[in-house]
Amino acid sequence: MKLLVAVKRVVDYNVKVRVKSDHSAVETAGVKMSMNPFDEIAVEEAVRLKEKGAVTEIIALSAGVTQAQETIRTALAMGADRGILVETEVALEPLAVAKLLQAVAKKESVDLVLLGKQAIDDDMNATGQMLAALLGWPQGTFASKVEIADGKATVTREVDGGLETVELQLPAVVTADLRLNEPRYASLPNIMKARKKTIDVVKPEDLGVDVTPRLTTLSVAEPPARKAGIKVPDVATLLDKLRNEAKVI
Amino acid sequence: MVSLVLIDFDDTGIKQPARSAVAAALKLGEVHALVAGAGVGSAAQAAAKIAGVTKVLVADDASLGHALAEPLAALIVGLAGGYSHLLSAATASGKNVMPRVAALLDVQPLSDISDVVDADTFVRPIYAGNALATVKSSDAKKVITVRASSFDPVAAEGGNAGIENITVASVPCISRYISSELSKSERPELTAAKIIVSGGRGMQNGENFTKLLDPLADRLGAAVGASRAAVDAGYVPNDYQVGQTGKIVAPELYIAVGISGAIQHLAGMKDSKVIVAINKDEDAPIFQVADYGLVGDLFTILPELEKSL
Ligand SMILES: Cc1cc2nc3c(=O)[nH]c(=O)nc-3n(C[C@H](O)[C@H](O)[C@H](O)COP(=O)(O)OP(=O)(O)OC[C@H]3O[C@@H](n4cnc5c(N)ncnc54)[C@H](O)[C@@H]3O)c2cc1C
Ligand SMILES: Nc1ncnc2c1ncn2[C@@H]1O[C@H](COP(=O)(O)O)[C@@H](O)[C@H]1O
Repeated sequence: MKLLVAVKRVVDYNVKVRVKSDHSAVETAGVKMSMNPFDEIAVEEAVRLKEKGAVTEIIALSAGVTQAQETIRTALAMGADRGILVETEVALEPLAVAKLLQAVAKKESVDLVLLGKQAIDDDMNATGQMLAALLGWPQGTFASKVEIADGKATVTREVDGGLETVELQLPAVVTADLRLNEPRYASLPNIMKARKKTIDVVKPEDLGVDVTPRLTTLSVAEPPARKAGIKVPDVATLLDKLRNEAKVI
Repeated sequence: MVSLVLIDFDDTGIKQPARSAVAAALKLGEVHALVAGAGVGSAAQAAAKIAGVTKVLVADDASLGHALAEPLAALIVGLAGGYSHLLSAATASGKNVMPRVAALLDVQPLSDISDVVDADTFVRPIYAGNALATVKSSDAKKVITVRASSFDPVAAEGGNAGIENITVASVPCISRYISSELSKSERPELTAAKIIVSGGRGMQNGENFTKLLDPLADRLGAAVGASRAAVDAGYVPNDYQVGQTGKIVAPELYIAVGISGAIQHLAGMKDSKVIVAINKDEDAPIFQVADYGLVGDLFTILPELEKSL
């Protein structure tokens, strides 16, 4: 069984982003970039499924600029077998990424696609669901547990009231939530080995996909800053402030 | 221009975020509501009373019983023709189904909007709410999820919408609901609570949540929340998590106890009206957003706070 895992190159989660002074976008020049944290979890799950024997080959795909190769290398060092970079300078939206993934999933005849539930830059939380729709496959979003057996995936999902378990007929799409697993660090030997693995580079046109954005960003602004508050010396003062100043209790 | 809002509900009734989604939709024009599920008679009645809703579409069918994305998306796509905007609250259910709807309509969805500028233009937080993007969609139809904490919910009563039953076409069954493990609580829900008491890693274990935070929450009529660290460590269930990737809340009062204030946590609570932080580290970043900070050991402060209330 072949598995495709989607990995996005994003601003590292530790970076406090700044809005550009012309309000056109967030500053990304000279900022540390990493694999989207949810995608690390997706890659880890893929590797565990392979280790368990449920999966025979893992293909890691990233779509974006040339440097997204580094993100694919990270996935290869964690245990993915080969990579595909869909190279483009266009700022991709989930609809476009879903179409690219759809084309590759079909071409490679994969049985399972794993994605992160959300990219921490655009916070869309959409690509996996959209891919499942385009393929006509079932979806298991916000997964905290995945089991593969008898042509089915049993997925436990993090929902608003707690957990929900669904059974999906393969082929299927699953998106990873935070508690699915704890991603491994790639070992040095595995990083060395990853250098020899292949990354195919294709263009959206090669896959027959139009990636023209549907959204235009008119402006990007800083959210209103909170006014600095005060420190109170004790519980009595705190309660007094909450009762008589803020009037919230 | 008419919008269709997918209504979130459960056995207890219509969820507050659904009424925030209606509030957002009302900024665009006329609003119809969709109640889909199995045995939804009372939810449909309740939806008809939501202020501002002029029609309720009711899809009552066993296949819709657990709001599985596959049949629900097919249903919404079938209804989409008559609507300019399709919306739902950005709840787990809304986030699950609406992008699927969008893809089937060849539309780029607008996730988690925090403001409506005009029929094509919306504001949405990006980078964990550290930036607000104003985006204009060129798609003919818009598919939207709504950040409930950014829109005051419309009243649950006051409307008098007509109810129309929809026939549900059968779709191939490729997914199946197995079971749920829902947290039971007498306390208000996080996304609807006026006061939230949240605990972090500083709570040290689940027992301390029960012993120290629960009684305080009960005194205040508050909901209990948590940081990711507290959830990951197993102190409390996943649905307690507040943050970029948990629940987004904006109560009147948010009390953060033993939480450092990582950007991913702040993303979920920094729009609260009043923030209180209790932390033994006076340099904890949470104090930068707190209106009232109390530096000290939570194990002495919490019992004292409960006693003094
Ligand atoms: C992709 C991604 C998504 C994430 N999403 C979320 C999210 O949605 N929500 C979220 O919360 N986090 C999220 N995180 C995690 C986030 O980065 C932080 O790791 C997390 O919020 C830290 O939780 P904490 O403040 O409880 O723990 P810590 O950072 O360890 O802080 C514990 C605090 O407790 C204080 N303390 C300890 N003992 C006491 C005591 N006795 N009395 C008083 N104070 C005490 C300490 O001084 C410290 O400030 C995410 C991270 C990533 C990478
Ligand atoms: N440009 C991209 N390249 C590879 N994967 C992506 C890309 N954009 C999104 N994804 C995948 O889709 C998931 C959800 O992203 P989003 O819908 O943008 O929040 C991410 O966690 C990735 O797994």
